[in-house]
Amino acid sequence: MDYFSHSLSVALELIFQLDPAVWQVVWTSLKISLMAIVIASAMAIPLGALIALNEFAGKRFIQQLLNTLMAMPTVVVGLLLYGLLSRRGALGDLGLLYTPWAVVIGECLLIFPIILNLTVVAIQSADSRLLPTLHSLGANRGQTMWMVLSETRFAIMAAVVVGFGRALGEVGAAMMLGGNIEGFTRTMTTAIALETSKGEFELGLALGLLLLSIAFLVNLFLQLLQRRAV
Amino acid sequence: MKKFLTGLATAALLAIAPATFAEKSLKMSTTTSTVNSGLLAVLDPAFEKKYGIRMDVIAVGTGKALRIGGNGDVDVVFVHAPTAELKYVASGDFIDRSAVMHNDFVIVGAESDPAGIGSAKTVAEALTKIAKSQSPFVSRGDDSGTHKKEKLLWKAAGIEPKGEWYQAAGQGMGAVLRIADDKQAYALADRGTQIAYADKMALKVIFEGDKALFNPYHVMAVNPAKHKHVRYDLAKKYIDFVTGKEGQAIIESYRKRGEQLFYPAAK
Repeated sequence: MDYFSHSLSVALELIFQLDPAVWQVVWTSLKISLMAIVIASAMAIPLGALIALNEFAGKRFIQQLLNTLMAMPTVVVGLLLYGLLSRRGALGDLGLLYTPWAVVIGECLLIFPIILNLTVVAIQSADSRLLPTLHSLGANRGQTMWMVLSETRFAIMAAVVVGFGRALGEVGAAMMLGGNIEGFTRTMTTAIALETSKGEFELGLALGLLLLSIAFLVNLFLQLLQRRAV
Repeated sequence: MKKFLTGLATAALLAIAPATFAEKSLKMSTTTSTVNSGLLAVLDPAFEKKYGIRMDVIAVGTGKALRIGGNGDVDVVFVHAPTAELKYVASGDFIDRSAVMHNDFVIVGAESDPAGIGSAKTVAEALTKIAKSQSPFVSRGDDSGTHKKEKLLWKAAGIEPKGEWYQAAGQGMGAVLRIADDKQAYALADRGTQIAYADKMALKVIFEGDKALFNPYHVMAVNPAKHKHVRYDLAKKYIDFVTGKEGQAIIESYRKRGEQLFYPAAK
């Protein structure tokens, strides 16, 4: 236990000394996760509403598929994209591998099914009187979708928070696609992996604590937003 | 509320997108030992400062570093596996292969030396003793330069390492040293990483000094004739820098805990 408590105190010291290397890593992580969550949400939320509000053949299958994709191992996403983005791959000419963009794309792919699925579930479990009411009021499709989304906004925001957490805490795709390049694609999670392998337990722990604190702050922020909106 | 969120999202995208990811840089794949030993942390900044070029370093095992370079995903490669390197040069993937530095491999283990390899005359004898006594040995198992070397050494000793005592970790040098330290096992390590980790582990150097343990490092440029997008001009600058006076002086003077980790090799 001594080793652990000693590491913990060194970790706290590192955090409060505002070590620039630590903050660079934190900033990179936030940037990548924020971009991924914005892009994935912009696509997944409207699509989720479309799926939830319409009946069509294969709907159940799609939902099962989404459930499966939610469990997609992050290294599999990393591997697939690696094959695509490498200079030898189909999208190699874009030169995206080992850039933050590659990581953003990877995180997007990981969290897209999560947000999509949770959006579908959120809308499906909304008040069953909502749709008939909107119809009887003569709402068109666009208006219906907008109303449904705003009625279920808390559940959808929860979906976004879950997605953000996944993007922020993910290490497999970030390592494979970003390459853990210092000051460029080194995120909190890849830095923790590196420092741990280097035996720098304290720095790894410091970053782990920061990761948790940031997740906490983001959740707090969203909760405050929700309160204000009520 | 919606407006606020949309605004927030747009602002975030606008603030983040253009500035951060656009910068040009020299990409290098390298073995973990150049990074874990701390050498690149003094060598690269000197280069970056002199030429105003940012270095993006991807530290993986030598095997993967070579493959990344062969795919054209980096501009320059800094590794230590001469046989594998020459294959890539022969197939035209890399050019300008230049010797940068060398040190040697060592066998680390518990101070009590259960297999008694400290008295061995050759590395082949040492490995034979480990295998005979079934003393635990942790292998990199990751196709890195050190792993390639280790496989060659077993082969040269006429042993096929197998059994519960032989454990392939599939991880970097630092991680393997930690695992071996925990298990009080033997492991093959490059001297650079061993020195860098010496104060974090109880393992000691038990066997060293055989000529077969020589460990040379080379730097190579990815062939621009094969991969048009590579920044050969920058790669060439880097090669000239690390094999030139300044780079060699930095390597010569690099010390960790008072010990020299690498010896300059360029003529």
